[in-house]
Amino acid sequence: MSNASDPIVFTPTPAQPPPANTVGVVGWLRANLFNGWFNSLLTVLSVYLLYVTIPPLLDWLFLSATVSGTDRSACEGADGACWTFIKMRFNQILFGFYPDGEQWRPIATFVIGFGALISTVFPSKARKWTVLFLLTLYPVLAFFLLSGGYFGLEEVETAKWGGLTVTLVVSVTGIVASFPIGIVLALGRRSNMPIVRSACVVFIEVVRGVPLISVLFMASVMLPLFLPEGMNFNKLLRALVGVTLFTAAYMAEVVRGGLQAVPKGQYEGAAALGLRYWQMMILIILPQALKLVIPSIVNSFISLFKDTTLVYIVGLFDVLEIIRVSTKDANWIGFEKEGYVFAAFMFWIFCFAMSRVSLRIEKRLDTSHRK
Amino acid sequence: MAKDGAAAGDTQKTSMMNDPAVRSIVFQVVLLGLVVFVGWYLFHNTTQNLASRNIASGFGFLEQPAGFDIIQSLIPFSQSATYGDAFVVALLNTLLISAIGIVIATVVGFVVGIARLSDNWIVARLATVYVETLRNIPLLLQIFFWYFAVLRALPGPRDSYTIMDVFFLNQRGFYGPAPVMEDGFWTIPVALILGIAIAVAVSIWAKKRLMATGKQFHSFWVGLAVIIGLPVLAALVTGVPFTWEYPALKGFNFQGGVVMIPEFMAVLFALSLYTASFIAEVVRSGILAVSKGQSEAAHALGIRQGLTLRLVVIPQALRVMIPPLTSQYLNLLKNSSLGAAVGYPELVAVVAGTVLNQTGQAIEVIALTMAVYLTFSLLISLFMNWYNARKALVER
Repeated sequence: MSNASDPIVFTPTPAQPPPANTVGVVGWLRANLFNGWFNSLLTVLSVYLLYVTIPPLLDWLFLSATVSGTDRSACEGADGACWTFIKMRFNQILFGFYPDGEQWRPIATFVIGFGALISTVFPSKARKWTVLFLLTLYPVLAFFLLSGGYFGLEEVETAKWGGLTVTLVVSVTGIVASFPIGIVLALGRRSNMPIVRSACVVFIEVVRGVPLISVLFMASVMLPLFLPEGMNFNKLLRALVGVTLFTAAYMAEVVRGGLQAVPKGQYEGAAALGLRYWQMMILIILPQALKLVIPSIVNSFISLFKDTTLVYIVGLFDVLEIIRVSTKDANWIGFEKEGYVFAAFMFWIFCFAMSRVSLRIEKRLDTSHRK
Repeated sequence: MAKDGAAAGDTQKTSMMNDPAVRSIVFQVVLLGLVVFVGWYLFHNTTQNLASRNIASGFGFLEQPAGFDIIQSLIPFSQSATYGDAFVVALLNTLLISAIGIVIATVVGFVVGIARLSDNWIVARLATVYVETLRNIPLLLQIFFWYFAVLRALPGPRDSYTIMDVFFLNQRGFYGPAPVMEDGFWTIPVALILGIAIAVAVSIWAKKRLMATGKQFHSFWVGLAVIIGLPVLAALVTGVPFTWEYPALKGFNFQGGVVMIPEFMAVLFALSLYTASFIAEVVRSGILAVSKGQSEAAHALGIRQGLTLRLVVIPQALRVMIPPLTSQYLNLLKNSSLGAAVGYPELVAVVAGTVLNQTGQAIEVIALTMAVYLTFSLLISLFMNWYNARKALVER
């Protein structure tokens, strides 16, 4: 074997580098911005649009904006936004007319609730108890903390609540209170009993067929007519009744979607084990169905959160109404842009964050193997 | 329930209360009783309250003179008109803004939804920013922004923005020329209707011929030419039987022409751009739901990108899109009620606002308002269900 002719080994010529215009920055630009005349045109137009809008916008928002001073004279002559207006009204935007010395109470309520909510994201043994606390004890605690009158806390009438406090109270109460009602309605809609089913269908479809604004109108003008004389609701309670009934109908449809997604075998298996209706629902079906619809529930909460702006109908001062009233203040006339841009920013932060949370939950719960 | 037969068979073992059929009847009777009782209780309270406030119930008030003015009405409305007329005017205003809003929202929504899937990086990002910004800001806030921060901040009539002294934009609204009819004007609408009829006939004929022989015919362009051409021809033949009335500054305000009031514009912009962000998402998910193999197969057959989208992807995506699209249209109709917040004279503003305040007929007024929205909700869902059934996949 020693001296046979060397074996001919095939050595491929080294691969050529790809054409310079298909890799790197140039390649990326060609693939993503300039493939074809139409896309090139769109790119040029978009860049021009950005060039025209972004620099003046940034200039107005930040560079030429005013934050100093305590009244409108600070903003005279400035080209940019007058954030002084927002700064001076910030306390009202958060708390409405809640007394200055008592504002730790809404803050404490919010911190406790938000902290408990965050802690449920991380798996731990206490998670079950935290959820139970949030759904049962927390609403009671929040009520006493906010309205006071007991335990040495000064009473604060709901008429003085406002701003973000009212927005959060209405939206959180709305979603929590509508949850059990929605479950009952959804179960009723899938019931075998014709009267129960038709009652639930009529309620759900009627409420879903009318705008929230008309439900709130009803709560504010018709509720007093429905009740016996002498019995009176305050404005906050009226809004809460309207919002809860409205959300319950949407919640019912969300839960129904979950119930339909639970495979039939689960119902049959539960029935085969001899479980009664409520045992079957509480132990077998609802845990699976509700888990499936958590993202949809978060989405309902987002739309409810946006819809709380309508409670001005019953005369409550939510964030938007506080800002609208502030822009009518004789001292601050002409700062509508600042007010609404700031309000939009606040709502956007909340809603966008929640929609991201909803997406994450959806991804985590998605056990299918689709891409 | 399935257990009925077993339970009815051996009555000794199971007591009556454990029979599902009996339980179900008892439960339903209790529920019915409860509903009737609550209904009676509310009715009783209401009649007492109404009696103590001296409010007569019934819809008789609709015949009484209203005595207020409405800033935008499609039919003649004066202060001597009745509450019933006010109701009709408000209803028409609601329908007007919903119809135009649906058209704009659909167009913008489709463009943005397709743009989000564009392979042009910057266009896709811009579309994403549009969707994520607009759908996370409350509609009412957007209406306020357009109304108070944009349209109310425009210059007064004397310093209007203008396009060639024909269109004017100022605080009071957007003014444009209005056609004034003269003798023979009727030929133009007649020609338009005739044109549409011919276009429809041509497209039916072209489709039939395509199916029978495979020969294509550009029925779209022919139809468009007929629809535009016939009225123009009619106008030229009859010697242009109309003149334009231009808006002109007289005193403190513009007179003549047609005007789009700022309330209308604010609600229209906010409503259609907000709904468009949701429609864009519907369109995007509809297109993504069409399996990639479909467009790959179309490309393999040598069909161009635009045609693939139009002939292969969109028809299949429509099937997925129709139910959510329907609910967006319904939302738009219901959301048009937010116009009340800036004083656009739609149903809630006029009927549940002014009429309620003047007459105090809370129950009738709210019932009337809700009935209208319910009716339209049902009508739109019925129509969309019919359309959905037509477009549904026919399984063979």
